[in-house]
Amino acid sequence: MLTHLPVLQVIVPLLAAPLCLLLTRSRLVWVFTLIVSGLAFVISGLLLQQVMATGTIIYELGGWDAPWGIEYRIDQLNALLLLIISGVSTVVLMAAHTSIRKEISPDRHSLFYILYLLSLAGMLGIVATADAFNVFVFLEISSLSAYALIALGKDRRALWASYQYLIMGTIGATFILIGIGLMYQMTGTLNMYDLSQRLPGVENTRTLFTAFSFFIVGVCLKLALFPLHLWLPNAYAYAPSIVTAFFAATATKVAIYLLIRFTFSIFGLSFSFTALPLQLLFVVLGLAGVFVASTSAIYQTNIKHLFAYSSIAQVGYMIIGFSVSTVTGLMATLLHMFNHALMKSALFLALGAVMYRFGSVKINDFHGLGRLMPYTMAAIVVGGISLIGVPLTVGFISKWYLLMALIEKGWWPVAVLILIGSLLAVVYVWRLVEVAYFKPPVAGNEAVKEAPLSFLIPIWLLVSANIYFGIDTRLSIQVAQAAAHSLFGVSP
Amino acid sequence: MLIGLYNYWVVVVLMMIGFYIVIANGNLIKKIVGLSIFQTSVFIFYISMAKVDGGTAPILAEGIKQYSNPLPHVLILTAIVVGIATTAVGLALAVRIKEAYGSIEEEEIQAKDNLDC
Amino acid sequence: MSFLSLDTMLQFSIVLPVLATLGIVVAGRHPNLREAVTITTSLVLLYFVSSLYQGYESGETISVQWWELIPGLQVSFKIEALGMMFALIASFLWLITTVYAIGYMRRHNEQNQTRFYSCFAIAIGSVMGIAFAENLFTLFIFYEILTLSTYPLVTHSGTDEARKGGRIYLGILLSTSIAFFLLAIVSTWFVAGTLDFTAGGVFDANVDLTVAGVILVLFIFGIGKASIMPFHRWLPAAMVAPTPVSALLHAVAVVKAGVFTVVKVIVYIFGLDQLQNVSSSDWMLYLSGFTIIVGSIIALRSDNLKRRLAYSTVSQLSYVIMATLMLLPLSVTGAALHILAHAFGKITLFFAAGSIYVASHKTKVSQLNGIGRRMPWTMLAFAVGSLSIIGLPPTIGFISKWYIVLGAMEAQQLFVIAVIISSTLLNASYFLPVIYAAFFKSEDQPVEHGEAPVLMVMALTTTAALTILLFFYSDNALELAQQLLPGNSNGK
Repeated sequence: MLTHLPVLQVIVPLLAAPLCLLLTRSRLVWVFTLIVSGLAFVISGLLLQQVMATGTIIYELGGWDAPWGIEYRIDQLNALLLLIISGVSTVVLMAAHTSIRKEISPDRHSLFYILYLLSLAGMLGIVATADAFNVFVFLEISSLSAYALIALGKDRRALWASYQYLIMGTIGATFILIGIGLMYQMTGTLNMYDLSQRLPGVENTRTLFTAFSFFIVGVCLKLALFPLHLWLPNAYAYAPSIVTAFFAATATKVAIYLLIRFTFSIFGLSFSFTALPLQLLFVVLGLAGVFVASTSAIYQTNIKHLFAYSSIAQVGYMIIGFSVSTVTGLMATLLHMFNHALMKSALFLALGAVMYRFGSVKINDFHGLGRLMPYTMAAIVVGGISLIGVPLTVGFISKWYLLMALIEKGWWPVAVLILIGSLLAVVYVWRLVEVAYFKPPVAGNEAVKEAPLSFLIPIWLLVSANIYFGIDTRLSIQVAQAAAHSLFGVSP
Repeated sequence: MLIGLYNYWVVVVLMMIGFYIVIANGNLIKKIVGLSIFQTSVFIFYISMAKVDGGTAPILAEGIKQYSNPLPHVLILTAIVVGIATTAVGLALAVRIKEAYGSIEEEEIQAKDNLDC
Repeated sequence: MSFLSLDTMLQFSIVLPVLATLGIVVAGRHPNLREAVTITTSLVLLYFVSSLYQGYESGETISVQWWELIPGLQVSFKIEALGMMFALIASFLWLITTVYAIGYMRRHNEQNQTRFYSCFAIAIGSVMGIAFAENLFTLFIFYEILTLSTYPLVTHSGTDEARKGGRIYLGILLSTSIAFFLLAIVSTWFVAGTLDFTAGGVFDANVDLTVAGVILVLFIFGIGKASIMPFHRWLPAAMVAPTPVSALLHAVAVVKAGVFTVVKVIVYIFGLDQLQNVSSSDWMLYLSGFTIIVGSIIALRSDNLKRRLAYSTVSQLSYVIMATLMLLPLSVTGAALHILAHAFGKITLFFAAGSIYVASHKTKVSQLNGIGRRMPWTMLAFAVGSLSIIGLPPTIGFISKWYIVLGAMEAQQLFVIAVIISSTLLNASYFLPVIYAAFFKSEDQPVEHGEAPVLMVMALTTTAALTILLFFYSDNALELAQQLLPGNSNGK
């Protein structure tokens, strides 16, 4: 059983999805989905343990040797990502039953869970597989279910947002497909390990440059790198709250995983950073993303929009860490992926609770929220403080490493700009805090009660994780360090 | 040289046509048509690169030494399924948008959204 | 010597106030019980700190390591002379302030007293953390907690004015600490490889002087709590808080945490000898002189009593910075003593201002004519506090100023001497007229009122008496201040 963990990780949610159709009662489906996601979480925990103990796990699907068969390879990087995805998914699901009662009509509840599981399976698949074409397939599984999930939002703008995401997402995925095709054309293999062995032989061909460029652009669309981020704010803002909490924590991370995997392990560092002026490009775009998105966040009146823009800014930080292309820089990116997942899932879930009580998350709804929903608002404050990067929260850890990486590299101006950018986070978080604690509730809202426990428990689980991993950093730093070292050391 | 690579020219032209429609057209259905053309061009690209000069279909037979590569065909079979799924979801969304907004023109939808804000 | 080991006491002096918040919250509905919890805690804390002092004096090394937050960076504590002095001041004055606050808050029927006492306790806990921190990293953590835990205190009244004040308060303190202080810490960590407070500094001899100079500037601006211009505006803004907060936090705990950090950084991170060659230390010296003069001038022009006191604090804090930056043993001793002297003098003044407000609802200097006859105790204490700030015997303020002047003579710093002379004149001219008016002018519109509540009068008489007593019994303080210097470190 233990040897099959890598494939079970993906297969369990994938097969569980259609089973949901058999269970008709909404509550039953919810419990079932929660169990499946919990299983995935346990599996990823075991995988991580195994990887940290014994090194990379190679699993051949159906016993076929690579490159004929498809191979799953789990190293520290994948294992970390799997843990993030399945963990966030499980905690977020705890609140799903309560949340979707208010946001999705009852006849679509089982559909919601099916799509959710498919999307989960897709993301886990992207991360687990070591086959380039398989990446594309899983990418489309997760994206197609994501489009449908977003369209389930109760506002009609959800449809429009979903449509725009579909167009952008498909273009991105097709670009990735072209990139993979060109790589295959040059090397005759789709296995990532084989690719990494054969690509250096054809390093100086124009085809490979083309392949690389298509791939990078496609991935950047998916990870919402400024200025390819336009699909993100509306998609996050109008999707059902649970979906937003899940995607905000995971979807962009998966794309960043692909970026890291292909640039570091497949194309190799020397090619990736010389073929294109990638370093310069990413630093500039990352910084621009931080500033433009954070500034837009300040002016949003829909709070889901606000935190969606903040997500784009945070992606900017991850990209800057990536472009430093040192062990510390990569560690900063990986840590921030982990930490940001914790922050944003907590924040968006708390917004889900506000949505549950108010039916919207306008800034007006936040007037007096500190008194109306003290625990939810306290969670938002802690999440926000973590986003700012105050010590003893996870945000501080990733910021510390990012600063270290930049200073080691000698990029002082970038370090200064990043700190100034993080001050913008103070502005948009504190705007919310002031409204919540200093303004009286808007007329008609005075009787709103605290969110139900089914919300508060997962929210505070995530908030505690924000603090716990800000204090006891052994797990996150060890894994990130091991992953960064292995990316710089040997190929996958 | 240029003519020898004519299959790529076809791919590029198709791709640009599709891409142009997606960007320039305001009609949601037409956008999806454009997206399909865009995807199809990539399918053709995969199929055409698998052709080996003088090779035949990969069926074991007497006296034939050279086969074309079958793998891209298989891959593209998957990609076609994905493409159809995407088109289906896109069209379904277009139907729902029509029901919700009463239009499938991008500009009109944007205008209605702006009114809501 | 006691049932608890010194190491345990050290930990408890940080944890106890934080734990006390639990008791305060639980007892929230019963004011007498709640205040009893606060008083008991402050008594126990004072007992701990004074036991620690005895232990320290007897030559024991008292240190505790908690855990490693980031590999190589410990959260750990160690007692050292200046920190000992700071902890003694803060814990003693917390007791007095609690007594005062009970009188003030009850007479005023303030809202949310439970929140008030809880945040107050957390703030004191973090002050202990700052005082005992073994390294800059630990200090920074508690520095940020102090900022956040005092925000609810500053905005206690919840009015628009309080919100604005709080915005400036948090904005400046958080921004400077994130943008400059953190950058300075990370740079130090990168350049020196350690953040431990080390006698003689952590940088080795061949460190680039420009880099050291830039880091010094980052530190001095980054430690916003030391309120050097142009980052001083949070202090007057914080005056919207209830008077006990202004008295303890914004005359003692928070601002002293700022200058305390500056002194620690200069003495233990840079080292006095090292800084001799860094040219930016001269510029910072001039800037602190400028702050002293301008702060005093603004104080002179302020009619609002608390604002006048706040600007007086701004200028007095720069005394400490200026004295330290002269980089001479005598002047550094003076700086340490000035932390003590100003604490007692200024808290007396604030206590007096609060008494006046509670008894007569007067907030302006121009309203104080003849008030000395109605509130003799308060105004006598005010006079004592003023004398200490001006630097006249028989108050402790005279001793600290004496050492600073001696240092300036030895360094032949004409600039410093000029600054001290003119600021002394300015101090005299913004305090003495108040005292004169209070005792010798006649009231404009007689309103019947007596002294403030007896608890408040007790508190302010105690601090005033101590301001005088410390003049006669300054040996222990002097000894502690001199141990700050390399070579006299009490055998450790």
